[in-house]
Amino acid sequence: MVDATPRMHEGISPAEVPELELYHPKGWWTTYVFSQDAKIIAIQYAGTAMAIGLVALVLSWLMRLQLGFPGTFDFITPDAYYQFITMHGMIMVIYLLTALFLGGFGNYLIPLMVGARDMVFPYVNMLSYWIYLLAVIVLVASFFAPGGPTGAGWTLYPPQAILSGTPGGQDWGIILMLASLILFIIGFTMGGLNYVVTVIQGRTRGMTLMRMPLTVWGIFTATVMALLAFPALFVACVMMLFDRLLGTSFFMPALVEMGEQLSYGGGSPILFQHLFWFFGHPEVYIVALPAFGIVSDLISTHARKNIFGYRMMVWAIVVIGALSFIVWAHHMYVSGMHPWFGFFFATTTLIIAIPTAIKVYNWVLTLWRGDIHLTIPMLFALAFIVTFVNGGLTGLFLGNVVVDVPLSDTMFVVAHFHMVMGVAPILVIFGAIYHWYPKITGRMLDEWMGQFHFWVTFVGAYAIFFPMHYVGLVGVPRRYVEIGESAFIPPSVQDLNAFITVAALIVGFAQMVFLFNLFWSLRYGREAGGNPWRATSLEWQTPTTPPPHGNWGDERPVVYRWAYDYSVPGAPQDFIPQNDPWPQKAVAGTA
Amino acid sequence: MSVILVFILVVAGFSFWWLLQHRVLSKPWLEHGVHAALPETDISNMPTAKIGLGIFLAVIGALFALFASAYFMRMEYSDWQAPPLPRILWINTGVLILASIALHCAVRAVRERRMGMTRLALVTGGFATLVFLTGQLTAWRDLSAGGHFLDSNPANGFFYLITGAHGLHILGGLVALGRTTAKTWDETLPTERLRLSVELCAAYWHFLLLIWLGLFVLLAGWAGDLVALCRQLLT
Repeated sequence: MVDATPRMHEGISPAEVPELELYHPKGWWTTYVFSQDAKIIAIQYAGTAMAIGLVALVLSWLMRLQLGFPGTFDFITPDAYYQFITMHGMIMVIYLLTALFLGGFGNYLIPLMVGARDMVFPYVNMLSYWIYLLAVIVLVASFFAPGGPTGAGWTLYPPQAILSGTPGGQDWGIILMLASLILFIIGFTMGGLNYVVTVIQGRTRGMTLMRMPLTVWGIFTATVMALLAFPALFVACVMMLFDRLLGTSFFMPALVEMGEQLSYGGGSPILFQHLFWFFGHPEVYIVALPAFGIVSDLISTHARKNIFGYRMMVWAIVVIGALSFIVWAHHMYVSGMHPWFGFFFATTTLIIAIPTAIKVYNWVLTLWRGDIHLTIPMLFALAFIVTFVNGGLTGLFLGNVVVDVPLSDTMFVVAHFHMVMGVAPILVIFGAIYHWYPKITGRMLDEWMGQFHFWVTFVGAYAIFFPMHYVGLVGVPRRYVEIGESAFIPPSVQDLNAFITVAALIVGFAQMVFLFNLFWSLRYGREAGGNPWRATSLEWQTPTTPPPHGNWGDERPVVYRWAYDYSVPGAPQDFIPQNDPWPQKAVAGTA
Repeated sequence: MSVILVFILVVAGFSFWWLLQHRVLSKPWLEHGVHAALPETDISNMPTAKIGLGIFLAVIGALFALFASAYFMRMEYSDWQAPPLPRILWINTGVLILASIALHCAVRAVRERRMGMTRLALVTGGFATLVFLTGQLTAWRDLSAGGHFLDSNPANGFFYLITGAHGLHILGGLVALGRTTAKTWDETLPTERLRLSVELCAAYWHFLLLIWLGLFVLLAGWAGDLVALCRQLLT
């Protein structure tokens, strides 16, 4: 054991770090609706994200119906199809995944896991949610606006995004989309400041950075990245809004549309792509890093083993975060660039595989000879590892310029990114909900519904996306409403598409079982107690479950160890909570 | 995209330095129990609001670095025609520097608990900032009077967009400054709270002045010369 001597700060001893002044709500409205409690805000964020995610799920059904059975459904016009794919992508990436991981899990877990009473700026935190809700409402409004929502593809590439040929391009669709994104970014920045500063300043005594659970590390790093990356999307949105509304030509070159010369001239569409992907690539890791962190904690807890290579895991998270800012142009290989740039971006892209592979090895090594409990959260965590490796490997293909050029804009790319940043993070979200639901509600989610949900989702997701790789390899392009007859596309592709559609419908219905479980268990679930998984991290050690406003009762916990003391030889139990001074006794006044 | 990359590099460098300060090289699995009596903490005793503002300024910095990046990328095209620099921008720059100096004086005064002086300095700073904003609007009017409209070419668009974004940030700061100034009349407020507010305002003003100086160099077209000079020095 190393004696880490306590360090005293100039003038102020650690015990005298001032307590946060909590806002005490007076009525029902300020307790449950306009709440400044991070836990309530977390549930609001998660509820809103799941509600809008459900819309995106239905949109994916509709688009699959068109692809699987083209021509059968009259109401799916080409315009409607483009609107479905656009809104599905945008909602899933931004309004569901980003909001749920950072706004949902970030708000709930950061204060509890670092031993804080709340976020450091609770009022700003509350505003963050309400602006997010406004962004969602503006987004939903575009479905009801004249012309419908935008159908520009989730990347919103100009010039087509604001031309009359694209659904919503000359109507309200694109305007509401851009306005909604701008609002989302403003709201997120408010929340993000909270998450970062709470990790920096809100940690309780003894909770050094290197004793934080990896969940907090993942969310913390992702938030820092998001704070730096979202401004790129902000700039792109503002400039495109100017182009659309005020007639500027930031992104719009001189164009002839329907034989008519438009008033635009001199803009650069490539500039938009740079700005978009400068946000877009870090966004992949903004979604992935919290998933990495959460899955590390799930695996360690449910395999009753300390996480293998904790330090390496932390460094890998930070290094992935930093590297993700210099790979953005690998999304633009086919947009035309100097070959040396392609070489540079292919190299940086492949380098990211190193820290990522370290993480995968460490998860596997954590499982190695662990006391694996195949609980629902563990099943989801294992499914994540497999899925992430799958999606990651095709990423190595696509990172190479020569392989990417023929595969670009095919269904192969669609299969790749759905595996790596669609299915994989969603599996973690499910695992995390099954894991923390007992803390949030005091009751366990139903086991049998959980088993059903897991197996249908896991097997079903593979039934959807494995064949899609093949469909892409034979050359089926993405974003085509109908393939028609092509010499190079065999008829078997149509059969596969029908199969994928059926699988997608089934997987979608399995999510309804999950949603039902969430409500059913609230009332009828088994009583969970304070620490049903016998976990070490602080959120499981709260005096009451679910934790009340302020979390910790009279005194905040004192942390004596890292978050992964499972199966320590000689310890009375197979886990030692972070606030347990074992083998010493707690000294009066500190515990 | 070079401007934003340099900015990210600076932020990353600072972050890595901060992480090293917080012992990311330590081995947490080996340390437990021993220092149970007084577990250490590595929380900084700097006020939380200041750290929050610091991170917010980093976000604003990223925003303007991205505007500058976009400006540079577009500038490389052969048809780039920057509008003439309105003369009044020189005066505006001077006025904004004056506002920053005034707020600096306010910080010194509030530290010495001289309330009258603090109030005067805050009001002067706010007034100078209003003059700056009026000056920026005049610059817009001069440009459009000379036929350089927002939509006549991308260079003009960038001019209005970037100065507008900066102006909006200043406007937001003015709200905070107004509230801080109002606080100086509140006798019951502890001086520490007021001091913190004044210091936060001053930091925001200094940062936005710095950004403005960068934007001024950019819009005046000297940035291109500067880059060319750097390239020559490097090669």
